[in-house]
Amino acid sequence: MTIAAEQHVDGAAAKPARRFSLARLAPYLQAAPLTLILGAFLVAPILMIVVVSFWDYDFARLYPDFVTYNYTEALGSWVTWKTYLNTLKFAAIVWALTLFIGFWVAYFLAFHIRTTAMQIVLFLVCTVPFLTSNIIRMISWIPVLGRNGLVNAALVESGLVPAPLEWLLYSEFAVVLAMVHLYTLFMVVPIFNTLMRIDRSLIEAARDAGANGRQILWNVIIPLAKPGMAIGTIFVVTLVMADFITVQVMSGGQSASVALIMKNQMSLLQYPAAAANAVVLLVLVLLLVAGILRVVDIRKEL
Amino acid sequence: MDHEKRTAGFYLLAAFFILFVLFLYGPLSAILVLSFQGPSGGLTFPLNGVSLHWFANLFEQQAVGDFGGSFRRSFVLGLMVMSVTVAVSLLAGLAFRRRFIGATALFYVAVASLVVPSIIISLGIGVMFQQIGFRPSWYTSAFGAHLTWTLPFGVLIMFAVFNRFSPAYEEAARDLGATPWQTFRHVVLPMIAPSLIGVGLFGFTLSYDEFARSLMTAGTYNTLPLEIYGMTTNVTTPVLYALGTVTTVFSFLVILATLGCIVYLRRRRARG
Repeated sequence: MTIAAEQHVDGAAAKPARRFSLARLAPYLQAAPLTLILGAFLVAPILMIVVVSFWDYDFARLYPDFVTYNYTEALGSWVTWKTYLNTLKFAAIVWALTLFIGFWVAYFLAFHIRTTAMQIVLFLVCTVPFLTSNIIRMISWIPVLGRNGLVNAALVESGLVPAPLEWLLYSEFAVVLAMVHLYTLFMVVPIFNTLMRIDRSLIEAARDAGANGRQILWNVIIPLAKPGMAIGTIFVVTLVMADFITVQVMSGGQSASVALIMKNQMSLLQYPAAAANAVVLLVLVLLLVAGILRVVDIRKEL
Repeated sequence: MDHEKRTAGFYLLAAFFILFVLFLYGPLSAILVLSFQGPSGGLTFPLNGVSLHWFANLFEQQAVGDFGGSFRRSFVLGLMVMSVTVAVSLLAGLAFRRRFIGATALFYVAVASLVVPSIIISLGIGVMFQQIGFRPSWYTSAFGAHLTWTLPFGVLIMFAVFNRFSPAYEEAARDLGATPWQTFRHVVLPMIAPSLIGVGLFGFTLSYDEFARSLMTAGTYNTLPLEIYGMTTNVTTPVLYALGTVTTVFSFLVILATLGCIVYLRRRRARG
């Protein structure tokens, strides 16, 4: 600045002004790449889907038009409603199981492991499978649950059942099990994050005031963990609502989900029909998320 | 809480945690073992001898489709997604430290990117490319589709990192006469480097394993998850497990290398 002041008057006046505008421009330039990428590959495709959902089509191509029968066909069919209910049922069951498992795993890591190093190691043990292939993790249930799999072999061997259980694999049970296997991590991580940020003196204060372990858990820890549970819920619910591959592979084609209907329509090149289903599914998912967001402000949780 | 004796609750939860870890890793270890199945063995236990037969089978193109090619494509795509995710998330993280018009909207679009069902992204990009007249391919449309999944993770991580980042370091650097670039390069960047490596790991592995978003966007040539998915429907030999073992081992190596990098950077910083 002193050097600038020694320069002639014009330069000194111009420089702070330019720097001022550059500083104000900087966040826009920095945010531009993210805006462009999300605009081109998220916002534009969704708008495209909304447009195409009103188009006409035949087996060969799409015809720009404004027809509503893609919607009436989707919403007027009993199969669609049954599939939505089925998908919501999976979401509810998987949500309850992942919340229960996720909370206790996170609670154990946050409150019962005493050294930070051990916490990091055990946390990584829980998160590593998240970074491996979902499809492989699904396939890996085949030798465990199959007709001649490990579980059935053990059950028959021990005499608990006379013949191998057929419903272990390729059933709704298998779908739920695989989803819990794939998605519990999405509960563990956010809940662990909020639990780690609970001020430990609150717990000591509760104890000094005479609360027992159960009361501390119920009146102090769980209320403070709610934001983490909400974020985990958003992940799990949206992932289950969007799932088609787990349903397809693990139910052996006996069960359906909304996304699976879409996938089948897409493979038949019925894009406008798939687009109408996509719009309905998207609205449903966004409503669910908006409902959850009323409970928690995620910006505060990061 | 830290200095109490272990209670019954601890042992109960410890048992629960161990069961959870077994649940996570048990099935994976089953296919790991079964991939060494003898040549006459099937998809389930028992092992009919131990061999590398199915691994050899994996590398014969006729047996299982194009394993080498799809692996190469997924690897390159993962690296592309990783570099763009790191750079764009870092820039966006810096942007969100200051106020700008549309910041809240952009933040919610990023969150939306996380919750919009992946098959909808796949369908939208596929139809959009078709209507514009572009040919979908793994390095254009699938690349963009993967970014809609990795960028929100990157942005949220950077958001969390900068929320905890004290501006005092930058003020000190500025007081000592550093230019904004010097402050960024020598003060901010070294402090956030481990987080950036973490973002890179997410970017690579999420892309490398992505299936739903590639479904309509990969074009003519399959990425590895698409190839594996194809195999689940028509391959009934343990070669499927061999493929699972190879890709999982690869993922573990990537994770280990990344963790090694982070530990090394931390150590070096701690030494000064």
